[in-house]
Amino acid sequence: MKKVWPILVVDDEEVMSESMAAWLREDGYRVDTAANGQAALDLAKATDYAICFIDLKMPGGMDGIETMMEMRRVRPDSSIIIITAYATVDTAIQAMKEGAQEYIVKPCHPQEISMLVSRILKLKKLQSENVILRKKISRQYKHHDIITKNPRMEEILALTQEIASLRSTVLIRGESGTGKELVARAIHYSGSRAEKPFVSVSCAALTETLLESELFGHEKGSFTGAEGQTKGKFELADGGTIFLDEIGDISGKLQADLLRVLQERRFYRVGGTDEVSVDVRVIAATNKNLPEEVKEGRFRDDLYYRLNVIEIHIPPLRERREDIPLLAEHFVQRIASELGKDISGISVDALKLLIDYDWPGNVRELENVIERAIVTSHNGTLEDGDFAWLTQRKQGTQSWDVPDVPLSELERRAIISVLERKQGNVKEAAMALGIDRSTLYDKLKRYEITH
Amino acid sequence: MKVVYLVAIGSVPKAALEWVEATIGEWCPWPVRRLAALDFPADSFDTKRGQYKSVEIMKAVSRSAPADATRILGVTEGDLAIPTLTFVFGQAQLDGAVAVVSLARLRQEFYGLPADENVLRERLVKEVLHELGHTFGLTHCAEGKCVMSLATHIGLVDSKEQRYCGHCGAHLVRRFTTPDGEKS
Repeated sequence: MKKVWPILVVDDEEVMSESMAAWLREDGYRVDTAANGQAALDLAKATDYAICFIDLKMPGGMDGIETMMEMRRVRPDSSIIIITAYATVDTAIQAMKEGAQEYIVKPCHPQEISMLVSRILKLKKLQSENVILRKKISRQYKHHDIITKNPRMEEILALTQEIASLRSTVLIRGESGTGKELVARAIHYSGSRAEKPFVSVSCAALTETLLESELFGHEKGSFTGAEGQTKGKFELADGGTIFLDEIGDISGKLQADLLRVLQERRFYRVGGTDEVSVDVRVIAATNKNLPEEVKEGRFRDDLYYRLNVIEIHIPPLRERREDIPLLAEHFVQRIASELGKDISGISVDALKLLIDYDWPGNVRELENVIERAIVTSHNGTLEDGDFAWLTQRKQGTQSWDVPDVPLSELERRAIISVLERKQGNVKEAAMALGIDRSTLYDKLKRYEITH
Repeated sequence: MKVVYLVAIGSVPKAALEWVEATIGEWCPWPVRRLAALDFPADSFDTKRGQYKSVEIMKAVSRSAPADATRILGVTEGDLAIPTLTFVFGQAQLDGAVAVVSLARLRQEFYGLPADENVLRERLVKEVLHELGHTFGLTHCAEGKCVMSLATHIGLVDSKEQRYCGHCGAHLVRRFTTPDGEKS
């Protein structure tokens, strides 16, 4: 349905305002009239007029310019068209200086008003569409997604806004599930690169060769299966931001390649001879203690210093327990609505339980726990009983009651427990168990564990 | 039974009134009657602009409406204008009873061309349909060929057709089926 724009006509002569209003109403607009400036402002307090036609000369009380200035204070978004009987440059200049969008000399040709009104409204329509679209985008990714009342987290959010428009490399440290990618997105979408791509790469998910090709692209025939030239993530992120998650896991060769890109903003595709230049902001993240890795010789110190221009450390959830109720409520509302379940909140006892838990998997674990509780709950409120298994999990981590079972069963249970704690991340689970990833895969197969 | 009245303001050629009467009769479901011509109201002529005040003419037309009038249309040779605009081809109360149409700018002579009765008739029929449409609540139509499209110069009157588009026509039919064409 066509939007009906409200228009106001202000003139002390009723015949002028009413005839103009009648003419505009024939065009489908909702038109009000006011006989003086005060009456116009009173009407404008109740209605957000798209356009106000104001006669310049109004004897007694406010004149046209005064009315316009007040109107701009009450309704800054209304477009003001000053109407005058005299075409003098001075009045035109004064009216425009004070903020009139247009200026017409009466009587004017019907076509002039008709085109003026449709031009202003077309612009208003575009502006309002633009506001809606921008809101949609920023709502998706800005720090509104990061829910906190923790002072350290609030400092981090303020910092993301400050550094958003810089090109400096950022290193985000934090345990798994603390929301490192969310912070990286908040930086990207708050800054001047927001309209360019945000490309995310999980460095731990791929082997060295695949990661190299993933990051830098490859030329046709550079390795088996490389059938055509493919752009890498660095090229895809040109003008925008590349987010390198789990940077602590990359090999020595890739560390050297990455250092070169950071220094020169240039690289070669795998199997390529032509240099590719890019303008990319790098945001890296890790859950490892990189200074420790540098000391141990597993991570290049020059790369570490290149990455660590701006460092953000996200505290684990157990260090910001005041956020647990806020986050829990947020997840309940979102997940319940996504799953179509009629669940309105969490009981006080259940919240106490959530606040006491240590959350090794951080916010992501909290989100998963809430989702699991919502799926299995049959009440309108999540009760402590819905999180009973969490208490068992907590006890399990604190005590070590070894049941009388074969050693292989203990091993099976240990693997399941660690995998669960690590959110099914095989690499992290293998590290926690002190075995390498391939050994863990063998064991998963042997014990028929699906993860 | 309600009636649609037609009234001349000042001297209007008999032929023009007959065209208007036939047009209304063709479109509206009510009988059409002609009233005796009115004189121009004393204060309706703007000597500075050499034009008639459309608002004053409409007031006079409204005053002359008999009790059984559902709509009343005034036709005049006077060139009509309102304070903010240099001219209007006609004017109507949106969703009201009164409308007025001027012949002045529909004539070829106004534009320095030889008189052409066929052209005048076609333009007059379009203007009558347009202003009557307003009295039944129709606003300007985005469809350029529809008689309800906005005409700010004579070229736009000529480029539209003597018919309502499907959307505007359907609106009118709905209004014609309610008592006296009022809003249902």
